[in-house]
Formats: sequence, structure tokens, C-alpha cells
Amino acid sequence: MPTQEEKTFAKNFDINKLSDVPEGLTPQRKLKQSRGVSKNDAPVHTQGDIYSGAYVMGMDENHVKLENFNENFKVDVISCTETDMEFDMIGIDAALANAFRRILIAELPSMAIEKVFIANNTSVIIDEVLAHRIGLIPIAVDPRLFEYLSEHDQPNEKNTIVFKLHVKCPKGGSRMNVLTNELKWLPNGSEFLKESGDSTSKPKTYTSFNQSQDSFPEFADNPIAPTHPDILIAKLSPGQEIELEAHAVKGIGKTHAKWSPVGTAWYRMLPEVVLLEEVEDEHAERLVKVCPQNVFDIEDMGNGKKRATVAQPRKCTLCRECERDDDFVHRVDLRSVKNHFIFKIESTGSLPPDVLFTEAVKILEAKCETVIAELS
Amino acid sequence: MANEEEIMDRVNLTAPIKLTADKYQLVPEFLKVRGLVKQHLDSFNYFINVGIKKIVRANNRITSTVDPKIYLRFTTVRVGEPSILNVNMAEKINPHMCRLADMTYAAPIYVNIEYVHGSNGETSISAKENVIIGRLPIMLRSCRCVLHGKDEEELARLGECPQDPGGYFVIKGTEKVLLIQEQLSKNRIIIDSDKKGNINASVTSSSEMTKSKTVIQMEKEKIYLFLHQFVTKIPIIIVLKAMGMESDQEIVQMVGRDPRFSASLLPSIEECVSEGVYTQSQALNYLEAKVKQTSYGPRDILRDVFLAHVPVRDNNFRQKCFYVGVMLRRMIEAMLNKDAMDDKDYVGNKRLELSGQLISLLFEDLFKTMISEAIKKVDGILQKTARSSRFDFSQCLTGEKHHSISFGLERTLSTGNFDIKRFRMHRKGMTQVLTRLSYIGSLGFITKISPQFEKSRKVSGPRSLQPSQWGMLCPCDTPEGESCGLVKNLALMTHVTTDEEEGPLVAMCYKLGVTDLEVLSAEELHTPDSFLVILNGLILGKHRRPQYFANSLRRLRRGGKIGEFVSVFVNEKQHCVYVASDGGRVCRPLVIADKGVSRVKQHHMMELQGGIRTFDDFIRDGLIEYLDVNEENNALIALYESEAPTKITEMAETAEAKSLRENTTHIEIEPFTILGVVAGLIPYPHHNQSPRNTYQCAMGKQAMGNIAFNQLNRMDTLLYLLVYPQRPLLTTRTIELVGYDKLGAGQNATVAVMSNTGYDIEDAIVMNKSSLDRGFGRCIVMKKLVATCQKYENNTVDRILKPERTGPDAEKMQILDDDGFASPGEIIRPKDIYINKEVPMNTRDKMPSPLPDSQYRSAREYFKGPEGETQVVDRVALCSDKNGHLCIKYIIRHTRRPELGDKFSSRHGQKGVCGTIVQQEDFPFSERGICPDLIMNPHGFPSRMTVGKMIELLGSKAGVSCGKFHYGSAFGEPSGHADTVENISATLVKHGFSYSGKDFLYSGLSGEPLQSYIFMGPIYYQKLKHMVLDKMHARGSGPRLMMTRQPTEGKSKNGGLRVGEMERDCLIAYGASMLIHERLMLSSDPFEVQVCRDCGLLGYYNYKLKRAVCSTCKDGDNIATMKLPYACKLLFQELQSMNVVPRLKLTEA
Repeated sequence: MPTQEEKTFAKNFDINKLSDVPEGLTPQRKLKQSRGVSKNDAPVHTQGDIYSGAYVMGMDENHVKLENFNENFKVDVISCTETDMEFDMIGIDAALANAFRRILIAELPSMAIEKVFIANNTSVIIDEVLAHRIGLIPIAVDPRLFEYLSEHDQPNEKNTIVFKLHVKCPKGGSRMNVLTNELKWLPNGSEFLKESGDSTSKPKTYTSFNQSQDSFPEFADNPIAPTHPDILIAKLSPGQEIELEAHAVKGIGKTHAKWSPVGTAWYRMLPEVVLLEEVEDEHAERLVKVCPQNVFDIEDMGNGKKRATVAQPRKCTLCRECERDDDFVHRVDLRSVKNHFIFKIESTGSLPPDVLFTEAVKILEAKCETVIAELS
Repeated sequence: MANEEEIMDRVNLTAPIKLTADKYQLVPEFLKVRGLVKQHLDSFNYFINVGIKKIVRANNRITSTVDPKIYLRFTTVRVGEPSILNVNMAEKINPHMCRLADMTYAAPIYVNIEYVHGSNGETSISAKENVIIGRLPIMLRSCRCVLHGKDEEELARLGECPQDPGGYFVIKGTEKVLLIQEQLSKNRIIIDSDKKGNINASVTSSSEMTKSKTVIQMEKEKIYLFLHQFVTKIPIIIVLKAMGMESDQEIVQMVGRDPRFSASLLPSIEECVSEGVYTQSQALNYLEAKVKQTSYGPRDILRDVFLAHVPVRDNNFRQKCFYVGVMLRRMIEAMLNKDAMDDKDYVGNKRLELSGQLISLLFEDLFKTMISEAIKKVDGILQKTARSSRFDFSQCLTGEKHHSISFGLERTLSTGNFDIKRFRMHRKGMTQVLTRLSYIGSLGFITKISPQFEKSRKVSGPRSLQPSQWGMLCPCDTPEGESCGLVKNLALMTHVTTDEEEGPLVAMCYKLGVTDLEVLSAEELHTPDSFLVILNGLILGKHRRPQYFANSLRRLRRGGKIGEFVSVFVNEKQHCVYVASDGGRVCRPLVIADKGVSRVKQHHMMELQGGIRTFDDFIRDGLIEYLDVNEENNALIALYESEAPTKITEMAETAEAKSLRENTTHIEIEPFTILGVVAGLIPYPHHNQSPRNTYQCAMGKQAMGNIAFNQLNRMDTLLYLLVYPQRPLLTTRTIELVGYDKLGAGQNATVAVMSNTGYDIEDAIVMNKSSLDRGFGRCIVMKKLVATCQKYENNTVDRILKPERTGPDAEKMQILDDDGFASPGEIIRPKDIYINKEVPMNTRDKMPSPLPDSQYRSAREYFKGPEGETQVVDRVALCSDKNGHLCIKYIIRHTRRPELGDKFSSRHGQKGVCGTIVQQEDFPFSERGICPDLIMNPHGFPSRMTVGKMIELLGSKAGVSCGKFHYGSAFGEPSGHADTVENISATLVKHGFSYSGKDFLYSGLSGEPLQSYIFMGPIYYQKLKHMVLDKMHARGSGPRLMMTRQPTEGKSKNGGLRVGEMERDCLIAYGASMLIHERLMLSSDPFEVQVCRDCGLLGYYNYKLKRAVCSTCKDGDNIATMKLPYACKLLFQELQSMNVVPRLKLTEA
């Protein structure tokens, strides 16, 4: 039977109040929390904190707080061109970084050809395949200027872009390639007449444009065209002909990959290569040689001694060649920084990648607002 | 980096010449000369150029039985060019025309004749040239085919695919292959034992005149002859005596002097004595009594039927006696020593019958039938006393209109039923329609060998893999199931011989010192220091120095003095030298080596590459020769030259290695040629568990892809195409040789080997939706619809109406053009009318010529297809069929993207269905942003042990990263035709991947890294023809069978799904009685019956009297109404009709 004294002691016991228990998390725990390690056989500590209050018991900086985030969050743009962008996103959780990635791939709208009206196609490419190929052509147009075409809507200048393709390979010549530059924008909408029962009424086309699209200021001196002029659509033999109209509408990548505004968007965690022990002399030289990505370098320590250093950890592709070597398994640690994301976006050309990312942020914001609105 | 590789290439090109020549180049050269289906073509060409002439020469004179002076003689015969007779004008045809217009691709057979013709008793001899006696279907690409020797451009102009190997026939528009038939070799002694353990020696004799089977069997220590023509077994000694060998001593001497032989013969001799047969005449009398038919005497039977292939000249039976002696000796040897038994499954004891031989059999039979018909006709004319003024023998050859020959050939080839009365040959399924599921499938079809045994026999011997199949028959390519191991396929370099002239060979043998049989006494036949020389199953004589004899013959063959396919085989055990020149032996080319040193040197290969040397030159110069299975037993074949050590001189060569080197006679050209065409597609097959390769061989034929370059101009009934076919990233040499890289059937998918979603258990695969959006696995299915516009006897014709543009049916006829046919490019939906046809009501009686509309009834053709799918009319073709009716063919095209349940497979026998389709953002992605196309469960590996698949993944991954195709030919590592894993890993590391091919992946769902590295890379995946859309079926209520009133069966009839007896048992065990009642009666065939409770029989309800009546009791007082399954009621009535009375005893429930 425990005595009364023992009972009160047990009741008031708090491990954190013991004098020899250090405050906050142990260094090992901290490392585990902030770094994943790519071991030779499998990566370890890959999982992040499951929820924001994971370390609330620790009563310290590990607890996710908005102030901390505001303070620590950082974005470094490494490179940014019309189509590609690489930037570092530091101080954010994998879940959020992934949310941006997912939105970029699947939920950002873009314009893509959805309907193809084939008037004539005598090429070897069959109609369905031709339509599929045309559908996948990226179009350089800002989707924000257009509206979604819902089921009952008439296609009009605000939701549809019409292209025309009419190519004929002259007889007696050689074979020709049909490239995307043959897709001609029709700012006034469809030119194909709908068959109607009575001939008296005004002939209808497949679109009902109220106004020409080239009267829009955005397109006045910037005609809509496919991003790349040189994508092969079909090949024609002499005498063959393709005549069609392609209608592009707004959509998102979730419905079909053709609407995805990015070729792909992904991130990787910043690699951190750590030498746990000094690697010297011939070992150092071997280590430098063993890495195909030239992550390591040699530092001269004077008196003829050499030491391996980690020169370019960012170049590491986690190929684990260094860990494959028995000498270095326990000396090299390949870590990935869990809150540092090297984010890459490859745009298909509708919008520059930086704009795409801000759009993705806006969508996430809107989603959060929906959640908040629904909750309150 | 690219520069670096360029330099590497240059280094490769200028690399010093290896000491051992790379003999690989010989394989493409061989295939260039021989082609993939050369065996068929050779055999058919032999028939056209030689065989047909022999047949006609053998039967060249037709003489009337009434007047022997009246005759007709065929002087020459030749096969013309493929053509058809079009209004008395021969019009040249090409195969593609025939395929499209349902014609037979055939050429006329011309003969020159010399015949007696006369008028009014005066006869004169006249000659006619180029008389057509029939049309011979022509094998594509044979020497009479218009495609023969054409280059790619010319072939394209003829509408033919340059990759198509030929070797088949076009009969009435369908492509027919005469399958290679496997048979036990003819005219050879086969020692075997029956179920009781009785040893027998059997010979299937085949001469030009007759075919017979002779069996000599030992029963209870006595030896008997079994021959079909005799009623019972005959003691063999009596047979020998009947053939003139009266002395028992001579018989014993002939078999052998060893006392064990004479002891074994003793019981038979004693039996002969007990029968009282001592002389030839006594023996003949004895036999006389045993003959089945009286028309033949025993002497005739012994001469013409018994061992029919051994010639008897001037009633000299000595050669036959010796033959029997050899048979007896071999039997007794087998009795004393079981090893001497022959193996029926040994490939050397088999012959392959090819299309040429089969057609020649058929032609001979038809030709003889034609002759006998002609004789009958002539006799008929001559017997008429009042003859018409002119008589012309040539008229009696059946005229152009009904050629028995062309008709017979066409019918046999299109049905595949061979009925040759003369040889009592009735075989079914000899021809099959060439399956055009995939290019490789049709190639495999042409190299297929169909078995001699029926499939039902449960024996393991013929099914197991024979060591003698090495290099001749593919060890992997055989179907699973009942015909496993029986149906085989040829290996890549196999050649099948055709018959060769024996005469010069016989003369050559005698010149080389063979002692003629005629001058030998019985005693001398089996002297221990001499070997018998046997040519094609005929004993020529004996030779004292067999090795010398064999070597000289071989030297002659290498020198080109005798045929390249003659085989010489010294059988030390049997003390025989077998020389063979007969057709149907399988053989393959090998490099000749002298004491282990290859005769093919690097400079030869350089000459080959320079185009100065062809494969035939190699044979002519004696560098390469063909060995058949038997002769391989006399050869020691090294896989590689280095294996037959040449350079180990500096080291102390062990005695064993030295003798091995000294004795090496041949070197393989390339080890991967032991596999066939279909197995050649598998990368690293030597790393796989063997059944996996077999499974892939079966599946490779079901893979969708490209069929041929002319695939869109063909009118196949069913065609599966892939929209974006690719060539495999990991290729093999065979793939390049057969052109699979040009007509691929699959796509390189990036595969992650991991578990995802849980929808990947049991071999299912998880697919990336975006990959499907971008065209992965997309396929086109084309189906043919045919409708004919018939003409009837009374000159009424079916008519096609203009479509109705208004009215209730207008919607269904939207796709029709004004001419009444659907126009190409129109979307066709189920229940659409594709031909608005009307058929005259009366097709027999004479009708007024413009038939009134009322005399027609509608016979519209409705399109049947899966609901909710859009299919498109691809092409419409009009042609006239052979009856002159208008034939309308539609090709309906359906483009499908993969869906849940579609079947996919890699090239390693790993099939799986699509388990789920997942959005790309949910898919894992790698450090460099690569997202897999599909995810495969790792549990597919441990039990299947398909290591080849893993190496394929590694190799393809290295291939895409360095921009070079990697190779994985079978057994190719030593010769450099397969990249080693070490090299592949080095390439991977160089491009920043892990050496193991495992990548660091991030989860697409949580965004965090996965807790293990994932084996990821491209694997070539095939889409198989089994698709959910074609199989999916469900029904509520629907059609029922007329007789039983139960739901119909099968998807095509919109049938129900049966609750079978096992399902029923489960329901009974569970006690779900109401469910059983509902399934088995209410949902099936409920029927209300009236049962008379007095007599227990069924009555009926009389609606006039408004009461139930029992027709047996003639009243309706005690009648109950109940429900029965209609089938039950039917059973009662059927029983009643058989005088069995089923009575129902009813109690209240």
C-alpha cells in the first residue's frame, strides 16, 4: 500500500519540474522533428508533426504560432522565366506546400480546346485522335479573362475561343506537317453554319458572339494563339485535307489534364549533407570522387593534410552513392530540411509561373474562407 | 555530356578488332536470306517448281480403258501468275485486292498436252499448249506471288505491308495458314514398347504409291508381324520364309551370331516348325489363309504393302529380308538392353510436314481424281455406238467452269479438312485463319507447329521439353492448358528441309566404299567391324570405316558437291551410319570449328558488313553448315569461341580442357536464337522464372498495337489498334530482327513499384488519370459489319431505300446518306439503322418486273453496340461477292481510353487489371518531378521471380536518362547483346539516380516524403485485348428461350446470369428457401398449371367454359391451380410422350 506521502507526490509529479530535466525538446528530438534523414536502406523521420499542437507540452518555440510563422516564413526566388520558375519556400509545413502544388496541377483554370468541329478530315489521323491531339495543345491566353461555360450556356465571346484549322496538302507535292501555327484564331466566333429546319431565319453558327474578341483591349494587339507554334498535329499526304474548328473553353486540371496550367509543379526538400566525422586525406579524395553530383569539395588544412567539406549540398540528388560506400555510411548523413521547399513550376504558357503561384495562393485563401464561413 | 558520348561512340567504332569475331551479324543476314517464314516459302516453292512436275510426270498418260489407242499425255506443267478470269480476259491480281474483294489469290495451272483426237474413226495426234486444268492458291511471297522480290516501295504500291512475312494463302478474302504438322518420321524403324511391355518395331512406310504401317512385335517371347492386310498376327519366321529365306540358319545369321540373339529367336523358329511351315510355298499357303481381302495374294501384300518403301525388283525379296533382319536385331537388342529403345519424342525422329508437302498431297489426289473422271468421260463417249462426228480428248479434261482441282484446293484450304482417300487421311483443322491481333501474334501463328497427338491424351512424355529441341524449337513458346507442350513453335534460325534427289547420293555413297547389300551374305550383315549405311531409311550396304565415310560425305557437303541439308550421322550404338536427305527435318546453321577454332574470322565478318559476302557465301565456302538434330549428336558445339579455349596456351591447359577444345567441331552463331520470334520480345528472359516467359508468349499475341503498315486499308472483322504505340526502351536483337520496333504493341510506362490506395491487390494496377488524359493506353477497336443485297431466282432484288428525313424513324436514319448507306465519319449509336434495306416478299414465283412497293418488306439493319458509347463509321466499301451480289462492308471504329478493369501486362507474364484511376496530384512524385504512369504492387515480384522485369526497369531508366536504347537479348551478356546490371547502374549513378533504381518519392496526398525508397522507372506495358466494355453485361428482364421459357444465355443474346447448382447448394445450405424460390422459379419460368387431384395429371383452363378441365378424367371437379417452372411442365409432357406417367400428388400447404 502506498503511503499518503507517496500519493501526494505522485499527484503533484511533473517531469518538467524536475531539476535535471532540460527545458524544451532534446537536440535529438529537435533534429528528428526538423530533418528527414535518407539512410542507406530507407528514409527516416519523414513524417512531420501531425497537428499544430504536437509539442504544446514543451511550452516553447516548437508550438506553431502565427507570429512565429510570420517571422520565419521566407520566399527566395532562384530563377524565373516566362515558363519556368524555381524558388525556395522556407518556414512552411509540407501540408501547405503540397496544397499549393496540388492546386497548381489540378485546380487552377486555363483555356483548352474542348470541342472540335470537323468539317473535313481526309488525313490518316482519325477524327477522335485528331481532336484529342488538338485538345492537348496549350493556348497562351489568360484564363482570368474568361468565364466557365456551364451546361446551359450559349458559347459566347466571354467563355469560348474559336480557332480554325484548314490545311490542304497540294497534289503532286511532298508530304507536309500540320503544326500548331496553322490554328488561326477567329475573334468573331464560329464560321460554321448550323443546319436549321427553316431556311428563312438568319443562319446560325455554333457560337453566339455579341462582340468580336479582338475589340477587347487585352487581345487588341495580342492575338490569341497556341503557346508553341511548332507542335505537330498531323501529317498530310498530297491531296489530303483537314478543315475544322476548335472551341476552347475554361476548365481545371481535375477534369482533364489538358486544362492543367502547369506541365508539372513540384517541390523537393532542401538537402543537407552533413559529415558526422572528419573525412581526411585519401578518404576525402575518395568521397569527392564517389559523389556524381560533386557535392563535396576538398579543403587544404595545411601541412599536406586535406579535409572533405560539403560544398554544394543543394546539388545533391539523394542518389546515396556516398552511403553505398562502407567507409562513409556512418560518416555522411543525407538530411532534408523539412520546412525548406525548393519549389519548381513549369507553366504551359497561359500565365507566367509566378502569377500562377499567386493564383494558387488565392484559391487556397478562398478555400479557407469557405471553411471559416461554413464553420461560423 | 552529349559530346562526351559522341566521343565514346567514336572510340567504339575505332576500337581494335576483337580476336574472336562477333558472329551476330550472321543472324540478320540469315534472316535476310531465309526470312522468318522461309520454311513455308521454300516448301511451297519446291512444290511449284519440282513437286507438281513430278506428280504430273508420274501420271502423265491417260488412256481410255475402252480403246487403248486413245490417250492424252501431259508433256509439261507450270503454274502461271496469279490472275482471275474476267469475261474471258485473264486479269492479274494482287493479294490485297483479294483480301478486300473476298477473292482467292490463285494462279492457273497450265499444262501442255498431246492427245488423240479424231472424227469418224480417223484419229490423229495433236497438241495443245497452256491448257488450264485448275487454279492453285498461291502462297504470299512465294516465287509465283507478285510480291516476290519486291522492295518496300513496290510493296507499298501493291497495298502490302513490307513487314508482313507472307507464308499464308488468301482464300475467299480470308488469310489462311496451313499449319506445320508434326509427325513421326516415315520409313524409319522405331523401337518402342506397348502398355504390356511388349517390345515392337514399327515402320510407317511411305512410297510414292502406297502408305502402310508395319509392326513387328514380340509377344510371349515369340515374334509376330502385325499388318493391316492380315487377319491375325503372323509369326515373323513364316513371313521370312514366304519371302524366300527358307533356311533357319540364314535367319539366325542375319540377325546376329551372338548366342543371345539366336536364343531369343528360338521360340519363334519353334513356332514356325510347329505350324509345319518349312518352305516358301508352305509359308505362302499359310499366309493365303490369313489374308483379309481375296483380291490380293500374300505375295502381292508382301511386295507392295509390307515395308512398302523397300523396293522389290524382279521378285527379289532379299533386301526386304535384310530389312526385317535389322528390325529383329534392333528389337532383340532393345530387349536385352532397354537403352536401345527409341524415343518417339526425340526431335530427330520427327518430321515437320509443311504447306508445300500438304498441298502436293492434296494436288496429287485431285489430279488423279480428275484423270479418273476424264477416263470415265472418254469411256462413256467411246462406248456410245452412235458417236458424234468429232471426238476430242482434251475436251474431257474438266472444263474451266467446274474445275475439280481448283474447287477442291479452295475448299480444303478454307475449311482445313484434309480428306485424302488414297492415304486414308482425314484430318481436321489443318488450316487456320491468320489471327491479326498483333503483328507478333501473326508471326507466331506462322511458326506454330501443330501436334500429331490428340490433345486429350494424358501423357507427359510428348509434352515435356526435350533436350533435342535445343536451337530448333522454342523452349518458351507453348500454350497453357490442354495443348501445353504439344503445340510448339520454331526457333529463330530453324530451317525445315525439303526433299532432295536420292539418286546422286546413292551413287556417291557407293563410290565412297559402301558395300552393296546384294553382294553380302546374311552372315556378313552384322559383322562387328562394319557399320550399316542407311539412306533415308533404306539400307544401302555396309562400310568398314564409318568415321572416314561420314567425314568424306561431310567434306563433300561443305564443298557444295552434295546438298547442304544432307545429314550424316554415325550411330555408334546401333553400328549404323544414317544419311538423310528427306524433307521435313529441322536443322539450323552452325559455325564450323577446327579443333575449337572458328572458321569464321573477323575479316569474313568485315566482308559481310561491307556487303561483299552473303550468308550463302559462308555456306559455299564451308564456314557455316546446317546440322539436323541427329547430326548434332556427332558434334561438340561450343557456345562461344572463347569457351572452346584458344588462348589459354600460356597457362597450363588441363587435359580435360584440351580434349574439349580439340573435340569442338562447331560454334553457335548466337545463343539467343534458341528462342522463337515471340519469346524473343522478352528482355532478359534468362533472368526470369521459365513459366513467366511462357505466359508472356501467350500474352504477347493478345497485345494491342500495330498490325501492319497497311492496317487502315484492311477490312478485318475485328481490329485492335493502339493510338500511340511505342517501341520498347529496352529492346532485344530479336525485336530489331523481326521488326517489332516498327510495329510495336505497347507503351513505355513509368512504373512505381509500391503499394498505393489498396486498389492494387492481386496484381491490379493503379493508373494515373492525367496519363490516360494524355493518351496512355488509348486504343481503337474496329469492327466490320457486312450486309448483302441479294438477287433471287425470280429476278427480284433486294433494294436499298433513301432514308426517311421526316417521320418517326428519321432520327434513327440520320447517319444515312441519300444513297442509303451510312457515310464515313458519322457517329453511329446503338439501334441506328445503317442500311435501309427492303427484301421482296416473294422470291420464288415469277413477279412483275418493276415490283410494287407493297411486295417488299423492310429488312433494316440495326446497329448493336454498347449503350452510351460513340462509335464512328470509319469506312464503307462496296464490292460484289462471288455470287455477284452487292456486298456492303462497314468498318465501325471505336476509340476507347483505359477504364477500370481493362487488362494490361508487362513483357514478363505479369498481367493485371486496372484497379483504380487516381488523379495526378494524388500520385507520388520524385525529387525531379517525375510522376509515375502506373503503380504496381511489389507483391507481384517475390512469388513470380521475374527478375528480368526489374532489370528491364533499370535498363529503361538508364536508357531514358542517357538517350540510348539498351539491350536485353537472351543470354546476351557475354556477347554484349544485353547490358549488364553493373553498367546500367553506373549509367544511372552518372545521371544522378540511385544505383538501385530506387527513388526518393514524396506522397502526393500528404506532401511528405515516403518512408521508403521506391523502385521506379519505365517498363514496356502491353494493353491486352480483354476490355471491360466488351464483357460488361447485366440484365433485368429480357429475352427468353422459346422452348423452356427460361432466360437466354450469353452476352450476345442479352441473357441472364445463371444460378448454377453450386450456387443453389450454397443457398440450400444457408436455408434461404425464399431466395431459391424466387431465383429458380419466379425470376425464371413461372407457369400456372391446372392439376387434376384425381389423376395427378395436368389439365387446362377452358376459357369458354370458364373452368379448368382435366382431359384425362374428362371432368373438372377436383382441379387445383398451382405454379410450376415451365421447364417442369415441359418435362412432364415429354415424359408422357414417352409413355411414362408423372403424377402429381397435391397436399394443402
